[in-house]
Amino acid sequence: MIALIYAHPHPARSRANRVLLEAARRVPSVTVRSLYDSYPDFEIDVFAERKLLLESRLIVWQHPLMWYSAPALQKLWFDTVLTDGWATGEGGTALVGKSCLWVTTTGAPSAGYTPEGVHKFPFAAFMPAMEMTARYCGMHWLPPLVLHGAHQIDDHALHHHAAQYRRRLQAFAADTEVARG
Amino acid sequence: MADPLGNALVYLAAAVVCVPIAKRSGLGSVLGYLLAGWLIGPWGLKLVGDVESTLHFAEFGVVLMLFLIGLELELKRLIEMRRAVFGGGSLQMAACGAVLALGLIALGLTWQAAIAAGLALALSSTAIAVQTMNERNLMAAPVGRSSFAVLLFQDIAAIPLIALVPFLGAAGGEGGTGWPGAAKAIGAILGVVIIGRFLTRPLMRLIAKSEVREIFTAFALLLVIGIAQLMAGAGLSMALGAFLAGVLLASSEYRHALESDIAPFKGLLLGLFFIAVGMSIDFGQVIARPALLAVLVVGLLVVKGTMLALIAPRLEVPPGERWLFAALLAQAGEFAFVVFGVARAAQVLPRDWEGLLTAAVALSMAATPLLLIAFDRLTARRARTQRAADAIDDDSAPVIIAGMGRYGQIVGRVLLAQGIPITVLDHDPDQIDTLRKFGYQVFYGDATRLDLLAAAGAARAKLLVVAIDDVADSLALVDLARASFPKLTIVARARNVRHWLELADRGVTAIERETFESSLKSARTALTVLGVEPYEARSIAEAFRRQNMITLNTMLPHFRDEAKTVAIVKSGREELEENLRRDREARQQGSADGWH
Repeated sequence: MIALIYAHPHPARSRANRVLLEAARRVPSVTVRSLYDSYPDFEIDVFAERKLLLESRLIVWQHPLMWYSAPALQKLWFDTVLTDGWATGEGGTALVGKSCLWVTTTGAPSAGYTPEGVHKFPFAAFMPAMEMTARYCGMHWLPPLVLHGAHQIDDHALHHHAAQYRRRLQAFAADTEVARG
Repeated sequence: MADPLGNALVYLAAAVVCVPIAKRSGLGSVLGYLLAGWLIGPWGLKLVGDVESTLHFAEFGVVLMLFLIGLELELKRLIEMRRAVFGGGSLQMAACGAVLALGLIALGLTWQAAIAAGLALALSSTAIAVQTMNERNLMAAPVGRSSFAVLLFQDIAAIPLIALVPFLGAAGGEGGTGWPGAAKAIGAILGVVIIGRFLTRPLMRLIAKSEVREIFTAFALLLVIGIAQLMAGAGLSMALGAFLAGVLLASSEYRHALESDIAPFKGLLLGLFFIAVGMSIDFGQVIARPALLAVLVVGLLVVKGTMLALIAPRLEVPPGERWLFAALLAQAGEFAFVVFGVARAAQVLPRDWEGLLTAAVALSMAATPLLLIAFDRLTARRARTQRAADAIDDDSAPVIIAGMGRYGQIVGRVLLAQGIPITVLDHDPDQIDTLRKFGYQVFYGDATRLDLLAAAGAARAKLLVVAIDDVADSLALVDLARASFPKLTIVARARNVRHWLELADRGVTAIERETFESSLKSARTALTVLGVEPYEARSIAEAFRRQNMITLNTMLPHFRDEAKTVAIVKSGREELEENLRRDREARQQGSADGWH
């Protein structure tokens, strides 16, 4: 099973992320958990979240990038679900061996992430925090799927990206089937 | 002077004049009453006579006091105290009694008279000690508990002492003990247990349902007087019976209601008792044999006080409070009067000694407040450099919930789930029954009564949750609490906007309208069903709440002016609509505040 943790404050008003999410949703073994729809009061049901994670072999974090980081509710999810003794520290082995895929979108095109661009640093410079969150919990870090220029991207490119996303999830699901069978 | 109203006039006037003056000048209320008694008694202005019958009548104040003490003490705690009561109490009686008897032999009494008088003087005055401890908030402190254990044993021991004194005399006893006596005593105690345990609660429920308040008070008095008579009929101590009944009712829901109903009677009768003691001080003896009397009073206080201080460590009195313990219990008590009377009748004690000793006892009682003042002066000097740790271990709950209906229950359950003890007041007997079945500490009573609120521990509680559904009662309670217990934080339930404004106008800051939050929740759900994102629906509801609170707070200074209120409500509504419209337009233009 694949757990897709989706964090978008305005899911209905999103363009890029909505297209990506719909593509992912078509993969049969995917369970989508939309954090802002489930927990609009920022009261995360930690027990339910953990149950979903335990049942899954792949955990996807999908959200638009804001201020070089995840939206606030995704951060709260990290803080309350991945706690010491469960995901980390002594006895915290719940996620060990699982895989983690980060799927994100940026408003700026990739040219923004160069020394001459608006963000000055290459995009890879903003990834370690997310990567280490997964690896610190003992998860296997898959190459992230990043869509730049989400504001301006044309439909063709967006759907191409979405298809790529879907194929990666399908491949993972198939691998799991093979491993099991 | 046989006119009862005239007598009442004199007693009340004397108390009203003397007690506040004594209290103001730091002498304590007990000394005030004693002075009042001396003033109006045979050695003062001679305004009332018949000291003995007054004393006898007023002893009922001691009975009521022990009933109230019993109410504060659950059976479980009494059983925990048994070692302190029997071990500590018998040690105190033996040690003080023996040394005092030796002293009396040295003063020329026969050994029989010395034993009877020595043991009688070893008994302390429950009335004075407990009243003083209450006044100083010591009842829950370790020294208070040890003192109370000793006093309780003395109350038990006084009965056989009075019964056995005649055997010391040449004439011997008149009987009355033996099998029939014992059977009667056991029967009476069983009667009290049955009344306290099984009959009282259903009866009180019925009476509470009738909602005639004074009948509840009448029943409370009837209960205590009935039990006292039952015990007296069997030759047992009335006070002890009342105490037992109190203990049996300590865990009942009517505890606070009984407490607040009985307390004023206890207060007045105990006051009368002290007045009677003041009147009974025989100044004839003082004039006739001042030196011997002085030796008796000082000797009694010094010998008994020293013995008490010596045995204090065995009674688990904290080291710094040994002399406080001694000062609290060094006086002789009301039982001594009875023992002397019996001893004289049995020709154990000569008549002149009876007069002398009675005067000494009364003077020792009067000296107690003075001893405590001396103790305070001595310790104050030490305390200036270092203050002892607070010994008060308060067993009252930090939260009082008035009204345990649908609203109060949710507040209470959340607090209880966090292990926070709560005291609940409610006036619906059916509701109380149900809640007690589920293990809640619920007490019957009208929370808008000051005495009941005080009995529930309002002076020590942190928080009062006003969850009453009646608007007038809720406001009355808030007024009362703010006037009498200004330190209490109030969390209030408002039935509607008008009620909210009335509460806010009284300075209450934590107010929730009972339907507001749940209505907003339903509004959010409605929006979500219609396709608005949940997080968006939340923001809309938040905006509504904020605007609504602004409107309420704008109304607050003018809410008694209807025209202005209407105008404010209208402009508030317009402002909200304007804000929401702007949000909606922004949404329709596809703005997602930069989110992609």
